[in-house]
Amino acid sequence: MTLRSPIGRARGLGSAKSGMGHHWSTIVTAVGLVPLSLWFVASIAGLAGADHAAFTAWIAKAPNSALLILTVALTCYHASLGLAMVIEDYVSCKAKKFAALLATKLIAALLAISMSVSILKVAIGG
Amino acid sequence: MVEFALPANSRVQSGKTHKAPAGAKNVKAFKIYRYDPDSGSNPRLDTFEIDLDHCGPMVLDALLKIKNEIDSTLTFRRSCREGICGSCAMNIDGTNTLACLKPIEDIKGEAKIYPLPHMPVVKDLIPDLTVPYAQLASIKPWMQTQTPPPPDGERLQSPEEREQLDGMWECILCFCCQTSCPSYWWNGDRYLGPAVLLQAARWIHDSRDEMTGERLDALEDPFKLYRCHTIMNCTKTCPKGLNPAKAIGSIKTKLLQRGV
Repeated sequence: MTLRSPIGRARGLGSAKSGMGHHWSTIVTAVGLVPLSLWFVASIAGLAGADHAAFTAWIAKAPNSALLILTVALTCYHASLGLAMVIEDYVSCKAKKFAALLATKLIAALLAISMSVSILKVAIGG
Repeated sequence: MVEFALPANSRVQSGKTHKAPAGAKNVKAFKIYRYDPDSGSNPRLDTFEIDLDHCGPMVLDALLKIKNEIDSTLTFRRSCREGICGSCAMNIDGTNTLACLKPIEDIKGEAKIYPLPHMPVVKDLIPDLTVPYAQLASIKPWMQTQTPPPPDGERLQSPEEREQLDGMWECILCFCCQTSCPSYWWNGDRYLGPAVLLQAARWIHDSRDEMTGERLDALEDPFKLYRCHTIMNCTKTCPKGLNPAKAIGSIKTKLLQRGV
């Protein structure tokens, strides 16, 4: 129970003066992923039926490995932004929300880095 | 977490049935949400059978007929009966709208009438709108200026500048959009909601207002503004045909113009 006035509750802690950056990042990553996704799907379709050596040779080409790393990075970043939005929407318990947001960011970073390292490893023939 | 089921003391039970008078030929059933906080009972859904041959064409006419002739304890807000005051906003046939603008003939089968969703209920069809009103006051919905008003006239605005306000000044603050928004249902304590943000946009786009930057500062917040995910329920349900989602988008655009 609170006896705080309705205006006091509505004003709350005031504006966080943030949110535009998140919004802009979502737009930029979404727009960037459109051509990257088309390129990725077209490339994989072009390699249909190819053997392991052919895939490795394709990844080893510098433009392909660069675009693959960019696709992985943007996908993980975009997914973490979207998941953060869902968590903020639906999880009201502050402790659970904080833990979920932290886990989302760390898992996204871990996925992006591990996939990028794997691509580089294949690309430089490690 | 989000609650998808009503708490035990809010679950709606079946209520009384008031049969149509003998000899009535054009009968329609209205199932109406009833809740009296003083009774200590759960809400219930009462059925009122109305002879439409002796009733006006709108849902509000039916509600007034029920209150006048069948059950005077039925409680709801109403005033202008012509879509200007916004008092009779309620959930009719699954959609938030104004009872005075909703023709009975547009409703197939039984007419189900509930208060505006996801708000505390004061009684029957009356929601507690204290929080949305406080949120409206928090965005300072009045003109703010540094320049003193002209001593001999009004603050001037070109016809083009005035046109910027079309689609926003017409809002009657019925809160149909506000209470149709899932983001407002889940985070209504922090998200300002479509009706309040439409009003905020109305002043941000007013060429005579001189506090645009301060208004944008106050709104740039992950919850106050950016809980809007463009679900569009607000635009779909607005009984005045306005587009709150577009107005919210215009605020986001202004923030992008300022920051990028």
